[in-house]
Amino acid sequence: MSVIFQGNGPAITIQDLGRPGQIAAGLSRGGAMDRLALFEATALLGAAHVLPALEIAGFGGTFLFKATTRIALTGAPMVASLDDAPLAWNQTHLIPSGARLDLGACRAGSYGYLTFAGGIESPLHLSSQAAHLMAGIGAVLATGAEITFAQDPDPNAVQVGLTAENRFDGGVLHVVSGPQTDLFDAATQKAFFEAEFTKSNRANRQGIGLDHPSLKFGTDQAAGLASDFIMQGDIQQTGDGVPYVLMAECQTMGGYPRIGTVVPDDLPKLAQAQPGKPFRFKLISRKEAEARTKSEADQLAALRSKCTPVVRNPADMRDLLSYQLISGVTAGQDPEG
Amino acid sequence: MSTSTPEQPVILPLGLTSLIVRFGLTARPELTVAVRAFVADLTSDPIAGVAQVAGSLTTVMVEVDGGSAARARVQEALQKRLDARDWSKAARPDPLRRWTIPIAFGDACGPDLTKAAGAAGLSDTDAVAELCAQEVEVLTLGFAPGQAYLGFLPERWDIPRMSAINPSVPAGALILAIRQVIIFTNENPTGWHHIGQSGFLPFALDRAEPILLRAGDVLRFEAVASSEMASIVADNADGLGRAKLEVLR
Repeated sequence: MSVIFQGNGPAITIQDLGRPGQIAAGLSRGGAMDRLALFEATALLGAAHVLPALEIAGFGGTFLFKATTRIALTGAPMVASLDDAPLAWNQTHLIPSGARLDLGACRAGSYGYLTFAGGIESPLHLSSQAAHLMAGIGAVLATGAEITFAQDPDPNAVQVGLTAENRFDGGVLHVVSGPQTDLFDAATQKAFFEAEFTKSNRANRQGIGLDHPSLKFGTDQAAGLASDFIMQGDIQQTGDGVPYVLMAECQTMGGYPRIGTVVPDDLPKLAQAQPGKPFRFKLISRKEAEARTKSEADQLAALRSKCTPVVRNPADMRDLLSYQLISGVTAGQDPEG
Repeated sequence: MSTSTPEQPVILPLGLTSLIVRFGLTARPELTVAVRAFVADLTSDPIAGVAQVAGSLTTVMVEVDGGSAARARVQEALQKRLDARDWSKAARPDPLRRWTIPIAFGDACGPDLTKAAGAAGLSDTDAVAELCAQEVEVLTLGFAPGQAYLGFLPERWDIPRMSAINPSVPAGALILAIRQVIIFTNENPTGWHHIGQSGFLPFALDRAEPILLRAGDVLRFEAVASSEMASIVADNADGLGRAKLEVLR
């Protein structure tokens, strides 16, 4: 079972939750830029474990399905159609074998996610399927690539949707202090946490720059610093004094001073915003940060309870006969035994 | 920024799940020895609740499983370990293996050589001669998979990173700053000076040994012409770039 990518989307990769525990080898965790989108898809498709997805940066292309499966579309809402009929975002869809799915540009946000109900079948490297481009693991999908997926465990499951948390318009990034916060003098820290930034064009899976029209936020203690551990969410001030937030594929070590760390649950907001969206950094206590941080299990449970059946107008249903309209009558695709 | 008084190790939070044991802010050979000894201690006698441990030049990162209570317990255990020994007196282990690695210095292979040599007060020729006369050891792996920080070079090479990031430096590049050199794992931006090029790829996912360098390795560089580097790179299936390896003990 597979789907053929016939597209021109330049930055589509297989992503899951990445590879924790590899820092000593020099490998950062990686994984999806918007982990919330993976959780949403997993909840929508009723999967027990977080499913891998195709992460689509910017715009997608055409996908030809060679088998029938449910999919979920989450993350940045894209212009989507199935054999030219528009498809809604943040819900499941049953894609028949032979159908053509077109995913165009993002209507908002930066990263859309296409998830297959049975999961993607691809090689594991260090227990993860995720491409980590900076590390040289995996690659972006090439035109003509075939993505194999496992059988949908429940193709007749009712179509469900959810109202996704809006994380596409910028906003406040909550920050905890880190080992190098005090290398910045009090005036610089104060100015930094009062400043209004905009998301820069310098944004990829490694990190995201933020622009400020006039101010610089440096420290004179930067020049001789030893390279030290750096992690996703760290706000690095390079020599030019502008903040750069490390993201999924960040390096594991860096020498530029970090004024603090953006809390994990705010990273999807930063990943998804399109360039130009406004951001502010807000320093909070570690206690408050922990209270704001939800475990994977809690996030999944909350999302599962938000999934509701999609009510459709029968007049719009071209595939009416594939639905179970009368108890005991089906499309005739029940698994045997 | 230099410190003449010995710093006491401190334990600081990093993000929401990790702690950093910091032996110092600036790299000094004896701090890296202390870091390695402390990592060895935490690896051979693990503290309960620790998910992973890694050492940098001056710090040890300890990731903790569980919430703030678990972190407090681990922090207390780390403090006890720190207090149990004078880690700054740890012995530097003898090297286990020696690599000799061909490098083409300067010109297109190392566009920042002149800038770096100048900052160290040397001509290009003298800089290359000095760098090839050194033996550098693997101080830590980091930044990218299998990428080693190598040092320490003589004091004159204590030159800062460039203020502007070099947007793209290729895999196998030799880069230099703050008394250290690195052979770059993958094409990436860097603020370090790009002084030379090798065919040595520290990480190759499909190679039987994806990661080549490890703690206990030392490296020597052998200057070659850029034309020779072109032929090395053209015939480099194993990603070793004609490096030689000797086992020392």
